[in-house]
Amino acid sequence: MTRSHAGTTRAPQRAETVEPASDSAESSTHPVASEEDLLSIRHAVRAATLHAGFGIVDQTRVVTAASELARNAYVHGGGGTLTLDIVRRLGTTGIRLTVEDDGPGIADIEEAFTDGFTTGAGLGHGLGGARRLMDDFTLSSTAGRGTVVTATRWNNRRAP
Amino acid sequence: MNGHPSAGVPILQLGDVLVSGLLNELDDKSALAFTEELTETISSTGARGVLIDISRLELIDSFVARMLMQLTTTARLLGARVIVAGMRPPVAITLVELGIELSGVETSLNAEQGLTALGWHRAARTPAGEAR
Amino acid sequence: MTTSDTATTSDSVARARVTEVLRANADAIADRWVQLQLEQAVLGSDLTESELHEEADALVAALAAALGGDVPVQRLAHGDQDLNRIVTDLSLRRARGGASPTVTSLAVLALKQALLESVRGTTGESDGLLAVALLINQLLDAAGALSFEVYVEGREAIIHRQSHQLLEMSTPVVRLWRQVLAVPLIGTLDTARTQVVMENLLQAIQDDEALVAIIDITGVPTVDTAVAQHLMQTVKAVRLMGADCVISGIRPPIAQTIAQLGIDLSTILTRATLADALAAAIKITDAPGPDGTDGR
Repeated sequence: MTRSHAGTTRAPQRAETVEPASDSAESSTHPVASEEDLLSIRHAVRAATLHAGFGIVDQTRVVTAASELARNAYVHGGGGTLTLDIVRRLGTTGIRLTVEDDGPGIADIEEAFTDGFTTGAGLGHGLGGARRLMDDFTLSSTAGRGTVVTATRWNNRRAP
Repeated sequence: MNGHPSAGVPILQLGDVLVSGLLNELDDKSALAFTEELTETISSTGARGVLIDISRLELIDSFVARMLMQLTTTARLLGARVIVAGMRPPVAITLVELGIELSGVETSLNAEQGLTALGWHRAARTPAGEAR
Repeated sequence: MTTSDTATTSDSVARARVTEVLRANADAIADRWVQLQLEQAVLGSDLTESELHEEADALVAALAAALGGDVPVQRLAHGDQDLNRIVTDLSLRRARGGASPTVTSLAVLALKQALLESVRGTTGESDGLLAVALLINQLLDAAGALSFEVYVEGREAIIHRQSHQLLEMSTPVVRLWRQVLAVPLIGTLDTARTQVVMENLLQAIQDDEALVAIIDITGVPTVDTAVAQHLMQTVKAVRLMGADCVISGIRPPIAQTIAQLGIDLSTILTRATLADALAAAIKITDAPGPDGTDGR
């Protein structure tokens, strides 16, 4: 009966290492606990993308991804936090979003990335869509211990 | 007050067309309240067309997208045609990359063209009500 | 005393010795390093001697500070923030200046010679010199590797930026008719290019209040699933804006490929030539509105 609790171990663990925060220049953490928080997160992310010199389309991509991820954490994860980092890599600036929740975790990660898959409000494009909007995307989830999503978009505009 | 949550979004009636515009700030509650208010107004005025100007909307995520799609369907069931006007280029690009096409939702470049498509200038001369 | 203890002790003695030398002879080492770089004389970049001196002083100081800490020697170049930043900057400066990767690595490795000479000069005892040499090698080999790595990535970043600028120039949106725009695409379509095309096209649609956008792919050599998907995305975005899209210039072999791949372009208006597409576009702009009124 080693697998007796099979019902709770369905979640595949795809924990990928998140790069250390040593390259992060500025960082702020925002609560994801109410709908008002979703709004202030959008503001904070928009301000950060402006600060990082992103073009208008990239700004919109990152803010939209943040909105999707934060809503996911709020609706499915029962709330959590979004950490916003401005990161630099070889003269390029990026925005890194780290969204953590203490929710039930994601049972089937592949399924969660499928467009149209949803367990709540929205169109079910949240995770997969956010992944398409960002350059780097990692997700790790453990059943019963919440989900951590890290997503980065790099500024590809020419340096000023 | 009951049954009338206010989204703070004005809905104007021009003949048999309703005109509304979403601002850049749209939280989930206001979005839902707006849907409800607009649906009620369509039904109470018997409007045949609805123009939603989104030229000031800086972001459409899957929640707002779903709202627009549901609104379109609901309005159609009530006999009104919805046109969503003035989507900004970055918003359009982001939506497509999100994987959302807003299928079933009609769009127009700007409010003016949307109103023309809804036949508003003609409807303004004909009394509303002889719809369909 | 076990052997490993002996090794650890001689390592830390060596480390202390090198740190001491770096501190005491900082200026001499830095000068010697600059001299060695100038002797290699193949800098190939426009770094001035005073810039080299500045760089050298910073690097020597950072090395001394880093060695004074307790991060293992092999990991110092990557792990020590200041040292990492200085080596990174040094490589990027050379990458941007057009120096070759060999020169860039050699620049860092030349410091090895400067440092070894200095250690040998300051001490009479030859005991432990081997340990010192090993330590210097470990430290600067890692720094050399880092500089090479950064150099390559730096060049890639430059290439990326340049290709982005090239993309901007190579995807002009032209106005063909009242309310009709066209993008003649030439060359391979990839994600980055599609994104630029999409951005430019959509912006032009908004600015010109265009009703139809023609994407001409006569100059696109091949269409695979990815390219077709990119085209579809562009068409979808154009439609979300409230305009229409016509794709022209699908040559017979490409049409066959599309059919073989089973890509569904049926919802997209296509025409064989740009001229046909323009005719179709004009028809769309002149079409009466759905309620019978003139669209214009």
